[in-house]
Amino acid sequence: MVDLRDARSVLIVLDTPAAGLRSPALELLTLARTLGRTTAVALTEPSAETLASLSDHGVERVLVADLGALDPSVVHLTPVAAEAIEAALVACRADVVLFTSSFVNTEAAARLAASTRSGLVLDVAGVTDDPAQSGLVGAKRVFAGSWDVSCAVTTPMAVFTVRANAVVQALAAEPSTVEVERFAVVPTPASTAATLVDRVLHEAPVGGSGRPALAEAAYVVAGGRGTLGDFAPVEDLADALGAAVGATRDAVDEGWVGHDAQIGQTGVTIAPRVYVGAGISGAPHHRGGMQASGVIIAVNNDPDSPIFEIADFGVVGDMAEVLPQAAAEIRRHKG
Amino acid sequence: MRIVVPVKHVPDIHSNRQFTPDGRTARGADDGTLNELDENAIEAALQIVEALGAEGRAASEVIALTVGPVEADAALRKAYQLGVDRAVRLTDPAIAGSDVFGTATAIAAAVRTLEESGPVDLVITGMAALDGLGSVVPALLSADLGLPQLTLASRLTVADGRVEIDRDLDGVTETLTASLPAVVSVTDHVNTPRYPNFKLIMAARSKEIVAWDLAAVGLAPDAVGEAGARTRVVSSAPRPPREPVELVVDKGEGGRALADYLIRNDLV
Repeated sequence: MVDLRDARSVLIVLDTPAAGLRSPALELLTLARTLGRTTAVALTEPSAETLASLSDHGVERVLVADLGALDPSVVHLTPVAAEAIEAALVACRADVVLFTSSFVNTEAAARLAASTRSGLVLDVAGVTDDPAQSGLVGAKRVFAGSWDVSCAVTTPMAVFTVRANAVVQALAAEPSTVEVERFAVVPTPASTAATLVDRVLHEAPVGGSGRPALAEAAYVVAGGRGTLGDFAPVEDLADALGAAVGATRDAVDEGWVGHDAQIGQTGVTIAPRVYVGAGISGAPHHRGGMQASGVIIAVNNDPDSPIFEIADFGVVGDMAEVLPQAAAEIRRHKG
Repeated sequence: MRIVVPVKHVPDIHSNRQFTPDGRTARGADDGTLNELDENAIEAALQIVEALGAEGRAASEVIALTVGPVEADAALRKAYQLGVDRAVRLTDPAIAGSDVFGTATAIAAAVRTLEESGPVDLVITGMAALDGLGSVVPALLSADLGLPQLTLASRLTVADGRVEIDRDLDGVTETLTASLPAVVSVTDHVNTPRYPNFKLIMAARSKEIVAWDLAAVGLAPDAVGEAGARTRVVSSAPRPPREPVELVVDKGEGGRALADYLIRNDLV
């Protein structure tokens, strides 16, 4: 029997090639190796650090978009990004394209799938060959993490977005030599029909630098209305755990934290290894964004809070007392 | 100004959502509602036409459009209560089992059909349907209709034939602009939807809902539904129930108990 991994061409879309690759991208590289020969596509010039990561993960080829005289900001237009990735797909004859899960990538993946008539499965936790199916199968959690679903792609080409923390990253057995090839990007007029007037990068993640980004963090400590606006205990425990800080819609609307911290159906969807919710009642909109977390811990002074129904461990108590004590104990344990 | 707002009838977020044995979202007859985020889209459309003044408002039309079974009328009645001028439902047995591509194809065909009776200036959608949460239909509509894509708007202005939005995402704030017509999706930060108006609630019961089938929008049955789907659900199962929560009442040791839970489960 033919090993599909020799025959299949996998294209990986790199999110931050100009800086270094972050863990969701490294997870993609790890997953891609299990599916076939891998090529990476970068819409901005990759750094030496990125090339080293690609080598460590056995990627032999990286296709770099050459915008010619175009303003580099056009690659931030989703339709342009989708067209550039399609050009890379043609160049490496990809059968599969993998993106990390983010708002921007979701839309680029959809446009790419539309124009290449590919099947699309969003926010998967894994992609496998299923001998019983003719194509690849994506595994995902739906309905706020309450159901597990497998979707088989029935078209020759498949596009997946892969959620952070679902794949355990590992280096390739052998590092590779990475060939950098450039390809010209000439956007169609339709893809530049909307223009980017301004693009502002936000300050470091909530509460300062050094904390992981919410969408990709393995540990998250989130605060809600019960913080009464004081996120210091949430940040204290987050720092003890090396966690990102998250929040409910309520806390964002009150102006206690920035929108970047919002977890839920209209904010970031997370699936960290450990989620700690403090002063959070567990309304459906928030649960929809965090219920797929590995271990759920809740701290709330109301024993009837719905979040305790989905928690693995809960403390009924004042979060302003409980969180700092837990943080101190964890710091002591870590030495 | 003519604005089409695609809306969706979704299971109530508080209901026990599940799959049917053949891998579709199970839908009850009476647990459906207007997708909450679509209220923000309707509000955005109404604010745009209201800003035109009485004369401009009178010459404008806000059309709620849904693709779904007859039960989806519940969502359209809600749209009428909020103040849309017209409601259109595209219903056809061949649409059942549509994936995001089939759904977008059907909506785009209906928008084109509406264009036959006058230009459409804007298509405004909610950022996601709270059942599938795929959030990709707006981008697919923009691609299909060949219109500029301005998605996930947290601020939206329309003036002088142009639309401008701000969007906050993935650690970045962007401002995008395009000339009309365009496809816009809005988040729930863009506005606060109005409450249904009592007079409109009464009137909504008897307002006309235009019903179209695939032939009416010029689509072949195999463009949508299971025939047009590119993925197939091969298994679905409810996750095993979680173990009951291990609950500690804080009497001064709650924080240590939390730390101990993480330590003994090898999580720190």
